[in-house]
Amino acid sequence: MTEPRQGTAKQDEDAPPVQTFLRYTHRGAPGLADTVFEVADLSVYYGDYEAVRDVTMAIGRRQITAMIGPSGCGKSTVLRCFNRMNDLIPGARVSGKITYHGEDLYAPEVDAIEVRRRIGMVFQKPNPFPKSIYDNIAYGPRVNGVRKGLDDIVEEALRQAALWDEVKDKLKESGLSLSGGQQQRLCIARTIAIKPEVILMDEPCSALDPIATAKIEDLMHGLAQDFTIIIVTHNMQQAARVSDRTAFFTADVDDQGVRHGRLVEYDLTGQIFTTPSDKRTEDYITGRFG
Amino acid sequence: MTAVTDREATGAPPRLVGPRRPLEPAFRLTLLVSLVIAVLFLVILLVYVVTEGWPRLDARLWENFPSRLFPERAGAQSAIFGTVYVIALTAVFCIPIGVMTAIYLEEYADRERWYNRIIELNIQNLAAVPSIVYGILGLGIIARGIGLGITLITAALTLSLLVLPVVIIAAREAIRAVPNSIRQGSLALGATQWQTIWRQVLPAAVPGMATGAILALSRAIGEAAPLLLLGAVTHITFSPASLTDSYTVLPIQIFNWIKEPEAEFHTLAAAAIVILLTILLAMNSVAIWLRNRYQKRW
Ligand SMILES: Nc1ncnc2c1ncn2[C@@H]1O[C@H](COP(=O)(O)OP(=O)(O)OP(=O)(O)O)[C@@H](O)[C@H]1O
Ligand SMILES: [Mg+2]
Repeated sequence: MTEPRQGTAKQDEDAPPVQTFLRYTHRGAPGLADTVFEVADLSVYYGDYEAVRDVTMAIGRRQITAMIGPSGCGKSTVLRCFNRMNDLIPGARVSGKITYHGEDLYAPEVDAIEVRRRIGMVFQKPNPFPKSIYDNIAYGPRVNGVRKGLDDIVEEALRQAALWDEVKDKLKESGLSLSGGQQQRLCIARTIAIKPEVILMDEPCSALDPIATAKIEDLMHGLAQDFTIIIVTHNMQQAARVSDRTAFFTADVDDQGVRHGRLVEYDLTGQIFTTPSDKRTEDYITGRFG
Repeated sequence: MTAVTDREATGAPPRLVGPRRPLEPAFRLTLLVSLVIAVLFLVILLVYVVTEGWPRLDARLWENFPSRLFPERAGAQSAIFGTVYVIALTAVFCIPIGVMTAIYLEEYADRERWYNRIIELNIQNLAAVPSIVYGILGLGIIARGIGLGITLITAALTLSLLVLPVVIIAAREAIRAVPNSIRQGSLALGATQWQTIWRQVLPAAVPGMATGAILALSRAIGEAAPLLLLGAVTHITFSPASLTDSYTVLPIQIFNWIKEPEAEFHTLAAAAIVILLTILLAMNSVAIWLRNRYQKRW
């Protein structure tokens, strides 16, 4: 499954860069033509603390982009910028620019709720609502004003999340009665049900066993046909297995001894794992880090 | 570490005999004694009131009205109805306001702001104000200032003020117990903050809020002090029919009967106490039932 996806990414590389995105595409992701997000000089602050500094990258449409790096380097922080979940943290703010299809995500007239309807998120710890399986999935469409055809939406989302066969006879049971891996797929299904364009995943498998993890990885390959996925992971094999592109972050210590997260290298996953251009990337993926 | 190496060196089997720990059983015993004392007093109290009031625990108690002259015909119907009405009205006033205040404080207020901190501190302090002070407040402001007089509604408003801080604190605890991951999950699906509160936070917090509110109301039921000031002292021979009727409640009725010299009235008072306790126990059982029935596992 990994092979053909690498293939499509390679084709992107051959395609001519789109003029308007020239600057960012070249700095952010060499040769990436069809982009969803353009991140330029993004810095994120928690109060006075600059947690992440000067990130520039572009996210390809219907690709899986992995973010890896040591703990505390700001992967989750950057991920939360894509759907403005950082807005919920008191004192958090961003500088620089993130555009979504050319539109500034942080422009004053942009409504964070509209953003989250297009850019869904799956969390590290499965967090099903204390409601039935059915209501878990129907919740997103309902809050978005959908009243009709919920049964079909629920079934389709569960099928896409490869959970339908396991739960089709117990849709009325609590989402909390499922196993951890099933709960996480329920959360993925719940996100799919609002038909977002992008799905952000923050270490979605870290609470799961290898079999549940393998199921979710399989699932992601299928989802990448329809969705753009950005995944944070601590599992290097996972990044190598599922992603088209990989961004490696690390934390630098500045003159005052303060740590800031930085994007070190961003490239095709094959490139990162076989011939990284930065020494720090190489050290990290070969396990010599820390 | 050394013990392990010693053992490996000598090949002796590991010793599982530990030192004696005399404090452990002593501590356990102390706890048990405390428990026995607490329960014993409660049981003695219950047995005492029930035996005292037994001769008058019959239909006359809730079918008849109080009578100064004929203790054998006297009943507490007006006080029973008065109590039920006052508590129902108090619930109607204080639960919505308490829950909404709690939602504001937990979900909207910025805790860094000084005015929000002052509000928080004051609510904590208000919960500790003696109930007689609320009686004075009710008399001065609600009865005389607003001019509602010595009526059912004045009593309910005063008791609402009395239990409001407790209701707010209980509701806040319940809201705080809802994990943040639920809020984030909801917001990440494009729900608004109000949708998140209304569809996720409140349903999950209802059992806790209801339990807290019922316990607060059971405290209000037993309150006599503020209502003494609010004129529930008079001898009432009708059940209240409107918000502006005068009224009496069980604690006041009990108090009045105890003051009478005849022993028959004392028996009557004991019987009324049993009624009051029964209402209290019923309310607490509802609280326990709610908690067990709707308790959430995360
Ligand atoms: N809510 C917050 N308030 C203040 N500082 C925060 C907050 N969240 C993260 N930080 C800080 O920002 C930096 C980056 O954190 P972040 O959670 O993004 O790292 P991460 O790369 O996701 O780490 P991990 O792999 O452990 O999840 C850290 O130094 C962290 O202490
Ligand atoms: Mg993280």
